[in-house]
Amino acid sequence: MAQIRIENVRKDFGAFTAVQSSTFTIEDGEFFMLLGPSGCGKTTTLRMMAGLELPTSGEIFIDGEEVGQKPASQRDIAFVFQMFALYPHMNVGKNISYPLLSQGMPKVQVKKKVAEIAEILGITDILNKPVGGLSGGDRQRVALGRAIVRDPKAFFMDEPLGALDAEFREHMSEELRALHDRMNATTVYVTHDQLEAMQMGDKIVVMNHGVVEQFGVPQDIYDWPATKFVAQFIGSPPMNFLNFNGMVGTGSTEVRMNDISITVPEAREGTHGAITFGIRPEHVRLDDSAPYRGRVVATEYLGTTQIVTLETANGAVKARLSSAERVNVGDQTGLQFDARTISLFDAETGKALKSAANKEVLSNG
Amino acid sequence: MSFSVTEPTKGTKWFAGILVVAYAVITIIPLLWIIATGFKSPSDSIAYPPVVVFEPTLEGYVNLFTDRTRATDDMLEAAGPPQTWYEEIARARGTVISGPSRYGERFLNSVIIGFGSTALCMILGTAAAYAFSRFRVPLKDDLLFFILSTRMMPPIAVAIPIFLIFRNLGLNDTHLGMILLYTAVNLSLSVWLLKGFIDEIPLEYEEAALIDGYTRFQAFYKVVLPQAATGIASTAIFCLIFAWNEYAFAVLLTSGEAQTAPPFIPNIIGVNGKDWPAVAAGATIFLVPVMVFTVLLRKHLLRGITFGAVRK
Ligand SMILES: Nc1ncnc2c1ncn2[C@@H]1O[C@H](COP(=O)(O)OP(=O)(O)OP(=O)(O)O)[C@@H](O)[C@H]1O
Ligand SMILES: [Mg+2]
Repeated sequence: MAQIRIENVRKDFGAFTAVQSSTFTIEDGEFFMLLGPSGCGKTTTLRMMAGLELPTSGEIFIDGEEVGQKPASQRDIAFVFQMFALYPHMNVGKNISYPLLSQGMPKVQVKKKVAEIAEILGITDILNKPVGGLSGGDRQRVALGRAIVRDPKAFFMDEPLGALDAEFREHMSEELRALHDRMNATTVYVTHDQLEAMQMGDKIVVMNHGVVEQFGVPQDIYDWPATKFVAQFIGSPPMNFLNFNGMVGTGSTEVRMNDISITVPEAREGTHGAITFGIRPEHVRLDDSAPYRGRVVATEYLGTTQIVTLETANGAVKARLSSAERVNVGDQTGLQFDARTISLFDAETGKALKSAANKEVLSNG
Repeated sequence: MSFSVTEPTKGTKWFAGILVVAYAVITIIPLLWIIATGFKSPSDSIAYPPVVVFEPTLEGYVNLFTDRTRATDDMLEAAGPPQTWYEEIARARGTVISGPSRYGERFLNSVIIGFGSTALCMILGTAAAYAFSRFRVPLKDDLLFFILSTRMMPPIAVAIPIFLIFRNLGLNDTHLGMILLYTAVNLSLSVWLLKGFIDEIPLEYEEAALIDGYTRFQAFYKVVLPQAATGIASTAIFCLIFAWNEYAFAVLLTSGEAQTAPPFIPNIIGVNGKDWPAVAAGATIFLVPVMVFTVLLRKHLLRGITFGAVRK
């Protein structure tokens, strides 16, 4: 197993840049998520790591060795394709054994190894079946079997659950995570589903338009997004944005929004002009005595919680409140923001302003 | 009665069935006619009205494979009684067998040239189609169009230049020359058909093979080729049928050494009057290899001929 380091990796397809100068590190044994919306370059990044695509520039290190221009067959990694890509002219057993045969492993040993893997994945009874008639879950398991049979340096998976139906995804993602914990293999997992990324990942890199927006552990990324994009992409409902014109001074612990003073984490970086005030729905409380005012325009009941949408002078705000709280559409009320959790963004660049609260998170991504 | 979108009604089925059977009968009658004629005596073969029930004889086949000379009674006396069944047939017509005919050689030439050019065409065609399908080839579309354009006129239109080129290169009446010629004519078809088949095979399979530690070439022949088998088989049949049946170039470019069966068969008529049974026998035997080849590849053919439309 191995550490993987991506340094200033870029990929151009003709005039189009799919990935712009990505840099991040995947530690040995990590379950690492590549997260981003469709077309942002996740697959391209993964394919460059696997050697199926050569980077236009930049370096890729696997286990300390620079492999950027090496062919896939020499990188000793395994790849699980979105549609699994099981060899259709071979049965299940042959599919799983195929990576071993390329290494010239003796037949007896191959057989033993395949049996062992089939046991782990619970597919012993379908080893002799053709892959054509298998269910989605079994295909998934065979694809995994083909990946883990060789003890590669790392596993790369491109939306491996994308082809499964919703119900089964849940089950399979647990199985995957359990398998990872058991083998402790460095795994890079591509998904556009932020929930999946948050649930399964040890670490996440968020990409958009070929740019790495942020990378770190799920909790940090959720709490302290580095950009407005990340704040919006992660969480459902996403972070609330309130736009205002004003200023933030270095060292100050409040901002003035519409002449109302709101306490924020101590700023370590100042700006003035268009500023976006960001707060997660669960950190908004309704408090009639609060000076910042809003009007309830909708409520959405979700069992133990409810999502209340309010209109304010700076834009709509969603609050996640206990269902016990009685809120009626049309109510005028005050909004109280949890001061420790507020993020401020430069509205122009979309970048988060450094504060005492987020400086550690932002400095590593 | 319940109505189903996928299941045709009984009436439709009957109608379709009758249509198919009628078509099959119409197409197969000439074939049966040829096969039957091969077993007729010369007089039965030209009888009018045609005889359907007749006493079968192998005379046509004997005549096809032998050269015979008309013999006087003295000569027959001197030769003694016939030693074999085929000599007996020849004697009955007052002839003696002077040796084997050239049909065997011509037939062998057809086999060598037909299968040789098909094999070459498949090798080159698969390689080219794979490259067109997978690699960034400069001017790809223009090249493909150019390749196809070689089929836009009847090949025989270039007979004279080809004749001259062959003469200058010493390829006239050689196996190699005919193999190259048929390969050249068939290649455009095979590149286009095979490209379609290879396009259908998802790239991921090869990538999976690369990841599994195989080289690009291994991925090609271990993963792509088996999946392209259907396409290769049906394309091969098309190529073989063309090369096998080709007549005009064979007449023009071969006369001895490398002559194929098609130009030879009509010659049989001239040797001993109108020997239709021998001609029919020649045609019947000539049918066999293509038929066997097609039957062997039949499994792939049905899916192949629909050009991938019913895959999966
Ligand atoms: N071979 C290629 N040639 C040209 N453009 C490409 C190629 N491969 C990818 N692209 C482009 O690069 C961009 C990034 O593609 P990529 O497949 O990496 O996105 P992705 O993040 O995996 O998206 P998805 O979630 O849809 O899979 C896309 O705009 C895509 O059109
Ligand atoms: Mg993708």
